[in-house]
Amino acid sequence: MSDAKAEILGRIRSSLSDHPQPAEPIRNYRKVSDKSQAEVLEMLIDRLVDYKANVFEETEETIAQRIAEQLGKSSRYVVPTGLKNEWLPEDTAARTRMVDSGNDQKSGALSLRELDAVDAVVTSSTVSCAETGTIFLTSQEDEGRRAITLVPDHHICVVPLDTVVELIPESMRRVDFNKPVTMISGPSATSDIELIRVEGVHGPRTLDVIILK
Amino acid sequence: MSVTQLGMPQVRHGVGNIFETEPFPKYAERELKNEQLRANLGFATHKIRDKRAAVTGELPDWQDLRTAGSMIKQKVMANLDTYLEEFERNFTARGGHVHWARDAHEANEIALKLIQAEGVDEIIKIKSMATAESGLNEYLEENGINAIETDLAEEIVQLGDNDRPSHILVPAIHRNRTEIRDIFRKKIEGVDPNLSDDPAELAEASRFRLREKFLSTKVAVSGVNFGIAETGTMTIVESEGNGRMCLTLPETLITFMGIEKILPTVEDYEVFLQLLPRSSTGERMNPYTSTWTGVTPGDGPQNLHVILMDNGRTAALADEVGRQALHCIRCSACMNVCPVYERAGGHAYGSTYPGPIGAILSPQLGGIENEFNSTLPYASSLCGACYDACPVKINIPEVLVHLRGKDIDAKKAKKKQIPTQMDGLMFGAKKLFSSGKLMALAEKGLPMSKLVTGKDHKISKLPGLVGGWTDYRDIPEPPAQSFRNWYKKERPSETKRVAGERVDIDALIAQNKNKVAEAHAAAEVAATDKPAPKTEETK
Ligand code: SF4
Repeated sequence: MSDAKAEILGRIRSSLSDHPQPAEPIRNYRKVSDKSQAEVLEMLIDRLVDYKANVFEETEETIAQRIAEQLGKSSRYVVPTGLKNEWLPEDTAARTRMVDSGNDQKSGALSLRELDAVDAVVTSSTVSCAETGTIFLTSQEDEGRRAITLVPDHHICVVPLDTVVELIPESMRRVDFNKPVTMISGPSATSDIELIRVEGVHGPRTLDVIILK
Repeated sequence: MSVTQLGMPQVRHGVGNIFETEPFPKYAERELKNEQLRANLGFATHKIRDKRAAVTGELPDWQDLRTAGSMIKQKVMANLDTYLEEFERNFTARGGHVHWARDAHEANEIALKLIQAEGVDEIIKIKSMATAESGLNEYLEENGINAIETDLAEEIVQLGDNDRPSHILVPAIHRNRTEIRDIFRKKIEGVDPNLSDDPAELAEASRFRLREKFLSTKVAVSGVNFGIAETGTMTIVESEGNGRMCLTLPETLITFMGIEKILPTVEDYEVFLQLLPRSSTGERMNPYTSTWTGVTPGDGPQNLHVILMDNGRTAALADEVGRQALHCIRCSACMNVCPVYERAGGHAYGSTYPGPIGAILSPQLGGIENEFNSTLPYASSLCGACYDACPVKINIPEVLVHLRGKDIDAKKAKKKQIPTQMDGLMFGAKKLFSSGKLMALAEKGLPMSKLVTGKDHKISKLPGLVGGWTDYRDIPEPPAQSFRNWYKKERPSETKRVAGERVDIDALIAQNKNKVAEAHAAAEVAATDKPAPKTEETK
């Protein structure tokens, strides 16, 4: 044990020589939703729009067309390996899909410079909390490593309907914290100048959310 | 590092930016003349207060979350050694390195060695209170390493020569957009010379400046909001994405973590994930929250360090009343509701920690007898608004009064000259507040600095420690009844001696009655704590 560690632990024990015995925390806050799925979805959309995200509701049949539209003039976009091919539009002369392998120490991963040069990223997501308007990315195969949803300026994120819950505790039950987790509530923003909210600082300036029914 | 014997275990105070550098009233007096600061702060605190009221008010279980948060923090402090060791085990098992630092100097030295080992002379930083407390940037600069702040407000402060943060949440709130434009025009290389003062354009200028740094810098330094013992997970909440950049793109990440930042479990984390953003920025959730659990191959920094810093926290822990200051999650709600802070501003508190929390934290971390920390516990009207607002229910007024008592004790022990009237007043106050019966009587607080009035029934200057501050006292007075009861019983003649001036308590109370009501109404609205009946537990 380092000297510093031993000393700090010793100080803590001596500071606690009165042996405080606090009670077990009381957790009376809500842990399970009492709302219908429709209400929860409406709440999520309301929150996301409030954060200035663009929200679309699509089906398996219409999603590829929607993604094509949102990509717009974006010529190069990146996707993680596990993303469903059926969701994505066909490549065209003007539009190229790049698949990132998910491990920047192995081949098949885009370098940071390459990522900086792509226009957009398309991923799925693990769970979304309606009450706070928060989408959880948890390093799954269809979400990819953290850099791909950070460096490109435009994130198109698919939220399957059955991943929408109302509360934070409900969201947490679906997340494995052993891998990196990124919670996203709207596009990057700042209020540092005269408290005026500006969307888009260092993270993606545009967040498109596609609710997949 | 100073060592104090307080009739309790020996405690070791910290070093760094945890000191009031001149008597608070003096500092405040100067700051009060800064019209822009006052205007900006007034605007900011009101706006955040309103937003906060709306988003805490919409949660039916806000009080339940506060209760859980407060109780979890009590549990953490009572078992701090166990949780720290558990955290270390789990963080290490996942490929991270844990370092222990007795004080801020040691923490800085560890960081410097780690940075030097990477052979770099420039690092990027995420806004962090712990590194501000330790004075890391200055220390690195002395050692030839350039630390670049990437949070927009911190960037503004860093680029503005000799500037300091004035608010922990919006550190550049004392600057207006035109000043920021001028700073950026002058300091950002290659920036458009016609850069306007539109906040969106200014944010864009920051993106332009920092993008290359994010892509190429090998080492980042961060603070942390919480560290979870059962998994070794760390987490940071932020808005701009600069945090994600620092946590994801560099090869090495060095995190400063005060030893009190531990949470036992992921289940505890869910409570704070709900308390912090709403209480802090008044948002339902901040744009980005990141968690990392050790090293993930192929994703993010492969070289992970955490520096667990004491720096006076164990000294605070030794104080049975004062230790609740360690529950603080740095949300800044107490500042936004504080009438003293709103007028004096963040700089007046000297330390990294301003406002009500600073007034109880700095004296405990750095020692109340050191520098001018003893003046901080008097920088309050004890109106109780901070207590009502605090998401983890820290009873700040209680600790303030307790620390005033400690200040008197320390001065007595040193046989320092204490003006008779000060001594008497403070002693009376101490006696008052350390008795349970009387504590209830004075629950909403008693402004010890206001016990003396001038000829025209206005509060005049007090000699000694609190002198000066009272010149600007448009701050709430105590509830009439408790004050009068106490006054008659305890100190019938004391104040007659003060500067030979007449004291008319009734007039004083009448005069301030409306202000009390106004201040409390404002505080209540801001805190949105009305739905919960006050049970034993909410106290
Ligand atoms: S003392 Fe409470 S209100 Fe103040 S910053 Fe800390 S947690 Fe927030």
